[in-house]
Amino acid sequence: MNFLRIAAIGKSFGQNHVVKDFSLDIDKGEFISFLGPSGCGKTTVLRMVAGFEAPSAGRILLDGADITGVPSRQRNIGMVFQAYALFPNMTVFDNVAFGLKVAGVAKSDIATRVDEMLRLINLEHLADRYPYQMSGGQQQRVALARALAPRPRVLLLDEPLSALDAKIRVSLREEIRAIQRKLGITTIFVTHDQEEALSISDRIVVMNGGRAEQIGAPSDIYNRPATRFVASFVGTLNMIEAEVLDPNGTVRIGETVVSLAEPIVHRGPGEKVSLALRPEAGAVDRAEHGDTSLPGTVVSTQFLGSVIRVKLDVAGHRMSFDRFNAPDSRLPNIGDPARLHFAARDLLVVQD
Amino acid sequence: MKKGFPFASVMIAILAGAYFLIPLYATFQFSLQMVRGEWSLAAYRAVLGSNVFLATLSFSAIASFTAIVLGALIVVPTIYWVRLKLPRLRPLIEFLSLLPLIIPPVVLVFGYIRLFGSNSLLPLTTSDVGTNALLVVGYVVLSLPYMFRAVDNGMSVIDIATLTEAAESLGASRLRTIVSVIFPNVRSAIVSGAFLTFSISLGEFVLASLLNRPAFGPYLVQIGQDRAYEPAALAVMTFALTWACMLMMQIFATKKPGTRLLPRFRFRPAKEMPA
Repeated sequence: MNFLRIAAIGKSFGQNHVVKDFSLDIDKGEFISFLGPSGCGKTTVLRMVAGFEAPSAGRILLDGADITGVPSRQRNIGMVFQAYALFPNMTVFDNVAFGLKVAGVAKSDIATRVDEMLRLINLEHLADRYPYQMSGGQQQRVALARALAPRPRVLLLDEPLSALDAKIRVSLREEIRAIQRKLGITTIFVTHDQEEALSISDRIVVMNGGRAEQIGAPSDIYNRPATRFVASFVGTLNMIEAEVLDPNGTVRIGETVVSLAEPIVHRGPGEKVSLALRPEAGAVDRAEHGDTSLPGTVVSTQFLGSVIRVKLDVAGHRMSFDRFNAPDSRLPNIGDPARLHFAARDLLVVQD
Repeated sequence: MKKGFPFASVMIAILAGAYFLIPLYATFQFSLQMVRGEWSLAAYRAVLGSNVFLATLSFSAIASFTAIVLGALIVVPTIYWVRLKLPRLRPLIEFLSLLPLIIPPVVLVFGYIRLFGSNSLLPLTTSDVGTNALLVVGYVVLSLPYMFRAVDNGMSVIDIATLTEAAESLGASRLRTIVSVIFPNVRSAIVSGAFLTFSISLGEFVLASLLNRPAFGPYLVQIGQDRAYEPAALAVMTFALTWACMLMMQIFATKKPGTRLLPRFRFRPAKEMPA
């Protein structure tokens, strides 16, 4: 049975429907990321799970019990905020101890648990510091320890890395994942950064316009995006339009007939279909790459050091491909004819 | 381009300083001339030796402290709640808090006397305790603009909504959140408001006089009519007290948790730990 069940919840602020019919089942110990652009409703769903917002529709069940109407303080769900939200008047020790004190844990047990949590985040030497005496990364680790100290049933992370610089973001996200694995705690992580979501999640929920566009493992989301939105939001993608010749998987791109690896659903012969190709799936002027090729014209080239980015016009569509730089390689000239080589199975059929 | 000497600004500052300091110095010098032909602190000794001085000062101090506590208990939860749950009401609350600056104290006190006089349903003015209570409430009202602004500024610095959510996610009730998280984090703001309240209500005249209370303000006026040197000494002492209040306010307002009152005891900020 699923540990956390979000059943058809919705949230409206007046006429503004922020979350629409959102459902998700999460297993115990799973690490789920909500990924989407600003305003897609991901934080609102998280806040409803935390109990800070009441759903306008639907239910939330935790370990079989309906917690939809339970106040946040009685849910035993830990939360880490984007802005750390450490209590400025308390030391690191007191911040981490706060939840335990509220729960009425004995003083000696509090000290033991706080020490354990501070060791977990490698900050046991900073127990007497105040939040303002620490860096952003340290504060967020303390916030994580504070949320974990009372042994919550679920851990919610609301864009916890957004306020940190790039280097700390990478190291802290690895640390968060390692701690989550060690404790086996069910976790929901909200982010707008696809790399973050892809790198640490068991499953990703890609959200758009208050709905879940696709739910799946990171590799599924990246390799088999279900919709045009998911395809364009997760990674860089080249889109190309084709005409369906046979719904079993034959299309025409420009003048070239291509056989796809999968049938085309909901499209009949003569209709248009959107296809997507990842930049790493195509190669320019390398005939040994893949089983299919399309003619094109070089539109622009960019020398980026280790990589050369070549933009092609293929059947009226701009497509961008990277190739590794080699000292003796020649940059193609703008206007040169070029052939795009790829494997037909890498062409993704994208639902609009 | 090299900037010239800011002549006009310096002149304005000197003039403004002179306008303020010369009368103060003159008052101070006059207060030292009680004994003919020599400088002495006789006027100060006379004031401090007076039982009435001590009685009225302690009465006003107690009334002021009570007003501070009552004001903080009203203002802090109100601003917290408005900022957290009713942000649309903020302009209205701000307007209400400024009313005491517009309505003269004399109007306020006559309103009290009419509302709580001997013919009213709640005749507070018929007893000492009742009248004292009215005086304290009056002080709370008079200091409302200052207390409100100080606490409101204090709350704008901390993200009370997120701190409240953080406390609640850790199991804290609303009351515990206010007591353990919100109050300590606006303590310096409350203290600033408290010193302002204290300096306003300590020498307040209109309310105390019309409610016929043995307060410090009416005593200052009374002694000003009867004596020559003591009022000057009292004026200097009151200034000193007010300035002490301002200094304390400044110290508390800039003090961070975990630091002593002197800045050299502050910790250095931590450097980023390599993870």
